[in-house]
Order: sequence, then structure tokens, then C-alpha cells
Amino acid sequence: MLLNQFLFLAAILFCTGVYGVLARRNGVMVLMSVELMLNAVNINLVAFGAYRHDITGQVFALFVIAIAAAEVGVGLALVLMLYRNRRSIDVDDVDLMKG
Amino acid sequence: MLAQMMVAENIAFYLIAAMMVFAAVRVVTARNIVHSALYLVLVLAGVAALYILLAAEFIAISQVLVYIGAIIVLFLFGIMLTRAPMGPMYDTDNEQRAVGAAIAALLLGVMGYSLWRGFRDVQFVDLQVQTTNDVANSVFSTYVLPFEIISVVLLAALIGAIVLARRD
Repeated sequence: MLLNQFLFLAAILFCTGVYGVLARRNGVMVLMSVELMLNAVNINLVAFGAYRHDITGQVFALFVIAIAAAEVGVGLALVLMLYRNRRSIDVDDVDLMKG
Repeated sequence: MLAQMMVAENIAFYLIAAMMVFAAVRVVTARNIVHSALYLVLVLAGVAALYILLAAEFIAISQVLVYIGAIIVLFLFGIMLTRAPMGPMYDTDNEQRAVGAAIAALLLGVMGYSLWRGFRDVQFVDLQVQTTNDVANSVFSTYVLPFEIISVVLLAALIGAIVLARRD
């Protein structure tokens, strides 16, 4: 296997996530796209760790998984607050601070 | 024998990769938000399969447990609690779609070019199984301080989420 196979796949996943974050309206859908990007990063970390025979890649991927879990918890709580206050989770409607 | 193994690995990789790319595109284009979440399960399962392919057993198991077991359920809870319509929605995307697609394509072009330049023929040399034992030794010796910090971060985030989401 080539290292590049994994790196290209991760790049495609990351760019799909970027498109999702930019183009989706629904707050929950934006969070899902962020998950795609975090997973792409994890693939890179594990692939480089396997390539260099270094366990550090896996340890860092583990840390990223933990951070992703925290991020989803807080993110969904924020989306829920938004829904309670505005009856909508359209991220384009949250423009109170727009000049 | 070794060459056959490599062919089998490559076939497995391309099958999994095709499934993942299809599912990832569906995650960001599906009209139905529940379908989006279920396609995300496919992507995450594919990532776990790639970890197995890279002989990283512990991280593959964590991926299945944490992502597919917990995070997807959280997403489904989020979808239910915000009373998203169960059927297809027709305003899931905003008017930045074209710009977003252009930026994503540009980013993919830059990343693809630099990856192609940098790692064109780099092969995996004798992939070794990185056992759970090795991960544990590393986490609890070299990386014990980051590990403790990440535990506190996770605790703080979960308490914060509860405080934000409860009704009072």
C-alpha cells in the first residue's frame, strides 16, 4: 500500500467536510461536517504513525477522538439552547452581532 | 505470498474508500437530516476499517465504541430534540453553496498537488501491529500529563453541556 492512498482519501474527506460547514444551514448538519474533518485528521495521524512505526500517531488520534466527543457534547448543547431561544437552528439566522 | 497480500490489501482499501467517499458526499448533500446521520455511520465505520488495515487495533475499537456507539446517538438525540422534520427538507443548504464547493475544490487541488509532490512513491514498509499494550504503555508513560489534561477537558465539557442544556 502507498502512504498516499490514505493521505488522498483523508484530503477528500476533509474537503467534503469543509463544503458541508460552508454550505449547510442546519446547526446539527454543520456539526456532522466537522466530524468528517476530524476523522480525516485521524486517518492522517494513524497512517503516519504506521508508516514511521511510531505509536505517537495512535495516541494523538485517541486524544482527537476525546476532544471530538467533548466538542459534540458542547456543540449540541449550544444548538439546543439556540432552538429553545429562537425556535430555529438555522445558523444563518444567528446574526445579532453582524454589523 | 507477500505480493498477494498486498493486492488483497489494495482491493480492500479501494472498496472501503469508494464507500466512504460516496457516504461522505451524501452526508453533506442529503435532504433528509436523519439520512445524513446514518450516512455518517458508514463513513465512521469505513474509518474504523482503515485503522484495521493499518494494523492499529485499539484505535479501531475506540472508533467503533466512541463514534458509532456514542456520538451518532448524540447526533440523533440532537435531531429529535430540535424537532427537525423527519421528511426531506428543501432549504438545507444556504446560498453559499457554489462558493463553498469552489473553496473545497481549491483546497482539494492544493492538498492533492502537495501530497502528490511530497509522497509520490512512499510505500508502507513491513507494517507492524501496534498492539493495545504498546498504546497503553505510551499513554501512561510518555503522554500521562496530556492524558490527565484531556480527562479534565472532557469532564469540564460534559458538565458545561449539562449546564447549558438543562431547563431551569
